[in-house]
Amino acid sequence: MTRLLAAVAYASLGAIGALGSASQQQSPADSVLEARTAVIAAQLRCPVCQGLSIQDSPSELSQQMRAVVKDQLRAGKTPEDVKAFFVSKYGEWILLEPKAQGFNMLVYALPVLLVLLGLGVVIVSVRKWTKPTTPA
Amino acid sequence: MNWKRAAIGAACVVPLIALFGYGLTRDPKDIPSPLPGHEATPFALAVFAPGQPPLARAPGDTVRLADLKGQVVVLNFWASWCLSCRDEHQILSETARSYAGRPVHFVGVLYNDEPANGTQWIEQMGGQSYPSVTDPGARTAINYGLYGVPETYFLDVNGRIAYKATGPVNAAIVRRLVDSLMAVAAK
Repeated sequence: MTRLLAAVAYASLGAIGALGSASQQQSPADSVLEARTAVIAAQLRCPVCQGLSIQDSPSELSQQMRAVVKDQLRAGKTPEDVKAFFVSKYGEWILLEPKAQGFNMLVYALPVLLVLLGLGVVIVSVRKWTKPTTPA
Repeated sequence: MNWKRAAIGAACVVPLIALFGYGLTRDPKDIPSPLPGHEATPFALAVFAPGQPPLARAPGDTVRLADLKGQVVVLNFWASWCLSCRDEHQILSETARSYAGRPVHFVGVLYNDEPANGTQWIEQMGGQSYPSVTDPGARTAINYGLYGVPETYFLDVNGRIAYKATGPVNAAIVRRLVDSLMAVAAK
């Protein structure tokens, strides 16, 4: 009797587990949609966090924004359309990586300029240090 | 030679200091919204808190932006968990009541909160003169570029977003903005 009860319990647990895994399984189309959503969500800033994307943020608003991204992709919009939608609502601030135009160019140009400047300083200094000194 | 070095150093450092100085003059929390001047996204949201006569709407009624054309609309996003919302609640409620019978429509939008919590909060705060609606999935909040609560949007009679106020509003600001939008409409 005890064995029978144990077998029934084991079978029930197995059935529950199978149901759970079936509900968690995703179709290939869903997986692709999830992946595309994640790529775009990683580029959008969470409005209620500090420097986090809506993909990385656990906040409720980020989850809701991810749902909007997914819905728009499902509706046939391109990633650029989706990003343009969020920019139209929140401004360019919503993009974690600013567009390389206008004042934003400074973000991209300054590091390069500083590296070139540093190289120039190194080259001038090295030349000066290695300059043969004329004997007095 | 020393002058030359100093000039080169200054040419490198001064622009950087100027850039950082410019950054210090700006409030990082003050993020300009691109929405003022643009048409407001339509919404159709269900009333959960009816408000009080003469501004009351029956619970379950749908408030549609399309039905409010020709009126100034004050859209206030709030939540029961938002402390700053307490500061502006009475101001908004009294101001809305004072505009009763005029072409101004106040709507509260509950943001990421349970309607039961919202109803309880309104009772604790002594009531609300105008109705509040739910926003499932915060879709309307996202359409309005909401960063947090409270935020208040002032829509003109043509359904355009005229102003956005971040944080609690005071009576003078609300009256000035509503009056200016009504004055423009009357011209």
